[in-house]
Amino acid sequence: MIPVAIDEVCAVAIAEAFRGDGEILCNPIGTTPIIGGRLARATFEPDMVMTDTISVLAANTLPVGDPDAERLVEAWMPYRDIFDVVWSGRRHIVMGASQIDARGNQNLAAIGDWQKPKAQLLGLRGAPGNLVNHATTYWVPNHSTRTFVPEVDVVSGPGYDRVAGLSAAVRDNHEIRRVVSNLGVFDFANDEKRMQLVSVHPNITVDQVVEATGFELVVGDEVVEPRLPTDEELHLIREVIDPHGLRKAEFGS
Amino acid sequence: MTEDDVVAELASGMTIGIGGWGSRRKPMSLVRAIARSNLEDLTIVTYGGPDVGVLCALGKVRRAVYGFVSLDSIPLEPHFRNARQQATIEFTELDEGAFYLGLLAAAHRVPFYPTRAGLGSDMLTMNPELRTVASPYPDEGGDHEELVAIPAFCLDAALVHMNRADAAGNGQFLGPDLYFDDLFAKAASRTYLSCEKVVPTENLLDEGTVHTLKIPRIFVDGVVEAPRGAHFTECPPDYGRDEAFQREYAATARDPEAWEAFREYYVEAPGHDEYLARVDARSDEKSES
Repeated sequence: MIPVAIDEVCAVAIAEAFRGDGEILCNPIGTTPIIGGRLARATFEPDMVMTDTISVLAANTLPVGDPDAERLVEAWMPYRDIFDVVWSGRRHIVMGASQIDARGNQNLAAIGDWQKPKAQLLGLRGAPGNLVNHATTYWVPNHSTRTFVPEVDVVSGPGYDRVAGLSAAVRDNHEIRRVVSNLGVFDFANDEKRMQLVSVHPNITVDQVVEATGFELVVGDEVVEPRLPTDEELHLIREVIDPHGLRKAEFGS
Repeated sequence: MTEDDVVAELASGMTIGIGGWGSRRKPMSLVRAIARSNLEDLTIVTYGGPDVGVLCALGKVRRAVYGFVSLDSIPLEPHFRNARQQATIEFTELDEGAFYLGLLAAAHRVPFYPTRAGLGSDMLTMNPELRTVASPYPDEGGDHEELVAIPAFCLDAALVHMNRADAAGNGQFLGPDLYFDDLFAKAASRTYLSCEKVVPTENLLDEGTVHTLKIPRIFVDGVVEAPRGAHFTECPPDYGRDEAFQREYAATARDPEAWEAFREYYVEAPGHDEYLARVDARSDEKSES
């Protein structure tokens, strides 16, 4: 086999975020997250359901970026019905973040003053509702002090500090499972609910990650080795889910 | 009716809901009729695409109320982006699901629907007019949960584009998703429905099952037959998105001269037939070169 590439490491890191989820809507947004989600369902989380990114739940493993691929349709899931799933809590989304801070506050909306932004971005989108209803994982393909910031300009998806004073229902539903970047994997599994380093990707050092992060990262005594893709996973990524290598685009090649 | 007949029933200052979603099944022939009219000072309520972009670029919009604004294959609507970055419009930006509840509340004639969406995020900061409401029912811990009250989006008029309709206003979608077009119709005092083709009532089941007849005529006040009326947005199964045309439209956001030319030639073409003729002439030119 060809040596494992960074995009494949990231896809597996995202797939791992879904481990243990069972029969829910696995709803990753963007090429690398979709590859990770489809990989998880094709291997260790077969009970999850996934959309074709248009309007149905497809039971088969679809290749990314192929609108004509044959779907094994198991349900109709038009856009409006997604919200019934969001509000039911039976969903785990992977979203991007233009900015993210130590407490997991995410900005997708705007850079600068939101009243007259320097850059209007995607907007709040579904982030406010997602975060207070079900599990969320973030994917940041360009880890730097511009994306991992002390304070986000607009909070689209609220982090742990923002929900701490809210109702029990909100606090119970709110979970930022993981943050996966092109440098490593992070979670909030400490008493302070601050972002901590779980693992660094191959050929990346802890110092590099700390330097590229604009806030104080919790770094434990033990930063574990990432789980690398198995041969079966590499086959699925390269031959089945992304045969045309669309995932490479996010990694600047 | 014609597109211009519809516009004659609208007025400046109105709140107008526009169906479709992003760059999908937008009633663009009606949007262009507004573009070439004297209407101004409009509040546009939409899961936005080029409808918002075009009307913002023409200065028709006082306020945009939206769950998002996107061209799908081009994630950021560039003309809307200009309007936001130059602060030429007021805006109400809501969570995508919260936006749905505003339509639903208007359709059901209740003042609001409650949701958790927005709690903890800057949705409440960005929209200081939004209020929260305490549940009248205690939860298991005896607390009365605080929820966001999404106000009803009462629309003076709604514009939607369907694949088929009969002359009485029964609308039919034949694509994979109705989006919220039925709710737009129900949330509005008056609804104008354009369609690819007007068919006799007895032919409404020729191309789709009964499940596709989601907009009954009691919620529709006028029908416009507009073949390719959603162009350049998609309208499956009748046609897909005209990506080349959309790219040309998007590129004009960076070049005021190009926008002036595009506006004059396409957006303000004197009628839908003339617009289509100009679009087709453009495609012929491209295929010859």
